[in-house]
Amino acid sequence: MSSLLRLHPSDNVLTAVRHLAPGETISIDDSPCTLPAAIPFAHKLAAREILAGEKIVKYGAPIGSATRAIARGEHVHTHNLQSDYLPGGELSAG
Amino acid sequence: MQGFLRSDGRKGIRNVALVVYLVECAHHVAREIVYPSREHGVHLLGFPGCYQNPYAQRMLRQLCTHPNVGAVLLVSLGCEGFDRARLLREIRESGRPADVLVIQQEGGTRQTIAEGREWIERAREELQATPRALMNVDDLIVGTICGGSDATSGITANPAVGRAFDRLVGEGARVIFEETGELIGCERIMAARAARPELAPELVACVDKAARYYTAMGHSSFAPGNAEGGLTTQEEKSMGAYSKSGQSPISGILKPGDVPSRPGLFLLDVVPDGEVRWGFPNISDIQEIGELIACGAHLTLFTTGRGSVVGSAISPVIKICANPETFRRLSEDMDINAGRILEGSATLEEIGDEIYRCILRTAAGAPTASEALGHQEFSLVYKSFDPAGPACFPS
Repeated sequence: MSSLLRLHPSDNVLTAVRHLAPGETISIDDSPCTLPAAIPFAHKLAAREILAGEKIVKYGAPIGSATRAIARGEHVHTHNLQSDYLPGGELSAG
Repeated sequence: MQGFLRSDGRKGIRNVALVVYLVECAHHVAREIVYPSREHGVHLLGFPGCYQNPYAQRMLRQLCTHPNVGAVLLVSLGCEGFDRARLLREIRESGRPADVLVIQQEGGTRQTIAEGREWIERAREELQATPRALMNVDDLIVGTICGGSDATSGITANPAVGRAFDRLVGEGARVIFEETGELIGCERIMAARAARPELAPELVACVDKAARYYTAMGHSSFAPGNAEGGLTTQEEKSMGAYSKSGQSPISGILKPGDVPSRPGLFLLDVVPDGEVRWGFPNISDIQEIGELIACGAHLTLFTTGRGSVVGSAISPVIKICANPETFRRLSEDMDINAGRILEGSATLEEIGDEIYRCILRTAAGAPTASEALGHQEFSLVYKSFDPAGPACFPS
């Protein structure tokens, strides 16, 4: 079974459907990837290389921006992804 | 499927009799009237407050004339503020058998219970003769809500409901999502799906109102536990809830009690208008289900990760469990195991299809898990709303 769930075809992050261990080799879009670090259940990893400042897309929608370059298979969370949302319905520039 | 045809032309998927208390002081008597027939399609609901409230008056009118309802008995203490004469007139004008028992005039508890039970017996016999009519997907109104969410809700059950919603909209049904407080962070994304340009700022304003309301209540939408569960940003959390709505254009915004008049996807605005007065916009999931039903929902899709067990008066609730471990613990309370997506034994599309088929089966009369267990929850408390503006409706 697949260890990852893609919620929309345009997503650049995938969701782990089980705990993935560091060093484990999994398949991302039918090609192998050895994980540099653990991915806890329901957390995200990069489906491809992502540039600093690039939008992170899940559910086909931007959920924030990358604060640094992210390698394929890397954990995507608070250390490298920040919200673009500002309360009051405004989106921040960039 | 065969629906129950009402004299206003609307079709129901159930044929229930309601006993409705018009103040908390009449609740016990109403409950006792229902008791012997509680497993035979007689449901209890009501409004506890003694003081008049236009929202509650409208909610009860819409619920008492809902197409799943065939007969209504109102139970009044006698001195409460609720306008019982008006409600009774409106129900009778809809062609339904209806009556009111006033406890102070009937002679007290015992006498009112006895008269009420007799009335309900007669009404149940009359309901046997309700005409049937062919019902299709384009006759259905379906609502959705999530409750007891966990990290699985946004990746299995919610997007699967979105798939089912897309199919229902494609076949001409009317579908409703809500919980604007859970949509804080994706209002711009949502506005981009407005079916008409003038609706887009209304969608943003609707979520802004929820954000202001929840802030005033000292309640924040993004909790520390969310990050532990894998959610990083406010947008991401909101997208998880928002994914129940699917991908269809958003056709309009409803206030509680507004019945969508044409096919499509609608957002129900459950947050009161005006200053923060009545406490939390919804004290629990139950009142939101009641509001969806007041908008005409024949049934409600309820997604849960941690495991809600509720059902509802009037309209069946289909429970879609997002978490496979929760499903194993509470399987008797669940209709659909969307957690199979995490175990690799089903795809989002397959669970979406399963939800769609469950809707058709339920609409054709099959009881849901919560119906079979006798769940008939209902809750209604004070609120106030301004009517939705002209930009909110499809012209």
